[in-house]
Amino acid sequence: MTALLAEIGYQSNWVEILGAPFMRNAFIGGALVALAGGMIGYFVVVRGGEFAAHALGHIGFPGATGAVLLGLSPTLGLGVFCVAGALVIGALGHRAREQAVATGTVLAFATGLGILFASMATRNTSTVTSVLFGNLLAVSSDQIVVFAVVAVVIAAVLVVVARPLTLASVSPEVAAAKGVPVRALGTCFLVLMALATTVAVQVVGTLLLFALLVTPPAAALRFSARPVVVCGLGTLFGLVSVVLGLVVSVVFNLPPSFFIVTVSTLIWATSLVSTRERHRSTANVSE
Amino acid sequence: MPDPSVGSPVPGDRVAGDPADEPAVRLQGVSVAYGGRTIWSHGDLEIPSGGLVCIIGPNGSGKTSLLHLLLGMIPPASGTVEVLGAPARRGDARIGYVPQRFGDSVGDAITGRDLVRLGHTGSRWGLRRDRQVTAEVDAALDAVGGREFASRRLATLSGGQQQRIAVAQALVGSPEMLVLDEPLANLDLRNQRDVVDLLVGLREQRHVTMLVVVHDLNPFLPHLSGIVYLLDGHPHYGAVSDVVDGDLLTHLYGTSIQVVRTATGDLYTRART
Repeated sequence: MTALLAEIGYQSNWVEILGAPFMRNAFIGGALVALAGGMIGYFVVVRGGEFAAHALGHIGFPGATGAVLLGLSPTLGLGVFCVAGALVIGALGHRAREQAVATGTVLAFATGLGILFASMATRNTSTVTSVLFGNLLAVSSDQIVVFAVVAVVIAAVLVVVARPLTLASVSPEVAAAKGVPVRALGTCFLVLMALATTVAVQVVGTLLLFALLVTPPAAALRFSARPVVVCGLGTLFGLVSVVLGLVVSVVFNLPPSFFIVTVSTLIWATSLVSTRERHRSTANVSE
Repeated sequence: MPDPSVGSPVPGDRVAGDPADEPAVRLQGVSVAYGGRTIWSHGDLEIPSGGLVCIIGPNGSGKTSLLHLLLGMIPPASGTVEVLGAPARRGDARIGYVPQRFGDSVGDAITGRDLVRLGHTGSRWGLRRDRQVTAEVDAALDAVGGREFASRRLATLSGGQQQRIAVAQALVGSPEMLVLDEPLANLDLRNQRDVVDLLVGLREQRHVTMLVVVHDLNPFLPHLSGIVYLLDGHPHYGAVSDVVDGDLLTHLYGTSIQVVRTATGDLYTRART
């Protein structure tokens, strides 16, 4: 039994590890990212943010590796590339999504560029791996400050734009007639999403972003259509994913990203199954 | 087909509003263009306030463009557009708007009640709470008979219920004018009549001017005060008795249309077979 547990990586001193200082950073960092993603969660699912999550992840990759090549912080490179990418997607509007081949080609090129930058930098493999798959256990106190700033900025902007952004998201026609700047709000949302992406990449990486930015609010939307509830519940789902994922990863000495994504996926699957009856019974109503 | 019991005698000869009133809409030398292509031109018309007016014309003739022009969502390529006595502009709280296929764009991510509330708060920055808004949302929902289903997601409501929510959303700021783009599209006959009755009732109770883009004039015909028709690239406003004319409608739609008057005096149009 003990041999088997050791075989799958069980660490008997996991309680001790959980109390270590680097674990505290991981928990705080992960919680801040869950909060940053959760606050914009409703808008992510209503505005088709799954596209943006994919695109920004790809765009951020060469930013991070390019920054390392230049001796700068990968967080800075990620942030600059993601925000610039958000502005470009915002300027293109629907065209970015409709021109699937052009967009996909540009994103593939960005990823290729990321690999080139990484191979030119000396500490290549560890950087590539942590950008692609995240490295929550290596989150530093400086990074936590960045995460907190991002969360505060997102909260501050949302307090101002939440209502017009909601109307522009669900009924752009009515919003436009009411004088709401629909395009500008769309770009504003993408910039917030770029900020959330910048911090989320450091937790789960560009390849697994979806599980932290899109999956929790999508699960929350199954339970409620109230914007505030979706954001709150989405944040909770993100938090549970990060915290539970971290704990299990320490117990079995495996990468936290895997378990974070696993918990997030399980929550989503549970939300589908548990609300299936409700969605079916309301889908077929007639007057 | 109109219900004989509703039977207003000869509709259309009524002229809504006092002639001394400011017209609800005044177009002077207006043309509309999209991407360099002129949709229609020589728009010179006045729509009296307080009436129920349908806007008709074949597909692509620029009916929705006319609504967008009045809402200030597009500028005229030439001429001046006045709405309720002032130049048309976006965000005029005196105008409520129900866009085409409202329910489709909204999806299942919002409840009817939240949507109606956004009709009021959706153009306001910040998060200030306002009890007044809740009272107005309730009043608008009552006006359309939508209280009982308003807490459900919009996508789970029937077409008729969705249209009621859409009207409540447009109604919530107590506008002086309602602008509706094909509110009867995709509704069955009973729901069509319910929505028409709702709009007619609202016009009478609240004295709002109603401009309604329609494909089929018949459901509204007994209640109309006038018709805007887009013919050969120009908009015109006319009395119902002048516009509901077999030759004119045949020319307008490019297919043979017959105007029938029933024994009770009701008018309706039908394709001649």
